[in-house]
Amino acid sequence: MHSNGHIHDNGTGFEPILLILFSLVIVIYIAAVVISNRRYKKWPLYRTFFWILGTICAASAIIGPMANRAHMDFSAHMVGHLLLGMIAPILLVLAAPITLALRTLDVQSARRLSKFLKSWPLRILSHPITASALNIGGLWILYTTGLYGLMHQNALLHALVHFHVFIAGYLFTASMIYMDPAPHRFSYMFRAIVFTISLAGHDILSKYIFAHPPSGVTKEQAENGGMLMYYAGDAIDVALICILCYQWFKATRPKGSLAL
Amino acid sequence: MDFRPRNQKNQSISELRYTYSARNLWSGFLFGIGLVAFIDEAIFHQLLHWHHFYDKSTSGIGLVSDGLFHALSWFATVASLFMFADLRRRKGLWLKRWIGGVLLGAGSFQLYDGIIQHKLMRLHQIRYNVDILPYDLIWNIAATIMILIGITIVIQTRRSLLNMKEDGRNAQ
Repeated sequence: MHSNGHIHDNGTGFEPILLILFSLVIVIYIAAVVISNRRYKKWPLYRTFFWILGTICAASAIIGPMANRAHMDFSAHMVGHLLLGMIAPILLVLAAPITLALRTLDVQSARRLSKFLKSWPLRILSHPITASALNIGGLWILYTTGLYGLMHQNALLHALVHFHVFIAGYLFTASMIYMDPAPHRFSYMFRAIVFTISLAGHDILSKYIFAHPPSGVTKEQAENGGMLMYYAGDAIDVALICILCYQWFKATRPKGSLAL
Repeated sequence: MDFRPRNQKNQSISELRYTYSARNLWSGFLFGIGLVAFIDEAIFHQLLHWHHFYDKSTSGIGLVSDGLFHALSWFATVASLFMFADLRRRKGLWLKRWIGGVLLGAGSFQLYDGIIQHKLMRLHQIRYNVDILPYDLIWNIAATIMILIGITIVIQTRRSLLNMKEDGRNAQ
């Protein structure tokens, strides 16, 4: 891996394009907030803040100094993975982009969007079990097959893996906590069980990486990276569990005139 | 883990305890699991470094069991505390029965860890390069004591529950 770790140094030409894309993602969101605030109740400021922070987290995993380090240092790669696959998706889901889009778009486009969200491919993809399998299963394939080594030799594969990690992370988060309108909802108990099994899959994989370094990773780096994945992954997942349980707690508020 | 809302106007404390007796027990039980898992992680792994992050002699099934219990313990900790808050807002918290649940959950988890995960699945041992027998004995006897006290409390509270039911019937 060290021998081919510098392959991306000549790929810096992509960085300005990506930087523009990420800036555009933030600008479009803010523009939508401004437009929808004219017609409806004010969009909460914290959501805009989460969107910007989430985009920065995702961007820092793909471009910049840490992304460059990730080609040589497995721990840096793991930090990038946590940012791109876990922290950014939680922040972006909390920003409720679909609700904002539905508020901002004209009626016809909004209808088209909600029709798309209700379509069967999206229904399958956003099912908690499918989303978990894509998310955790994808990581198992990445780290236990030769894919991790291959990814560093092929720029296209590298981009695809990053795209998958992010999209799967977003799907998983959105299938566990419902911030946006979700047409096919599952019970809290069902989501709690699927979540626990996914979290277990993540924990088992981190310990597996600790003992079985992915292709091209040294023993020491795999041990550091595995422990980082285990403990940092835990911390982020606990945040997600708290959000899920808080929504559950709110939804089961006793009816009647019981003062808190 | 049943959060079903019920109408609870004009209910006395004993009626509320009766309504939410199972929820008190479950909340405590889950918290007990989370508590032992946290103590294990914080004291034996992080502070004392007695336990290994991953003992490479671990079997596949041991690793799966460890991962599942680790994940469950986090969910149990958070969910049980939300259940605790739920019982408080419903004025249905019964601390004695809750503590009984904690001891039962903590003891069961520790005994499972000590017998099944440490000994049968050989996940890891409590400590390395020492005579392990005293450690195993203390670990598992402590777990058994917690279970026995837990069972006693649960039986006691169950008895007073049955008395409550009896009183209610006589009053009618």
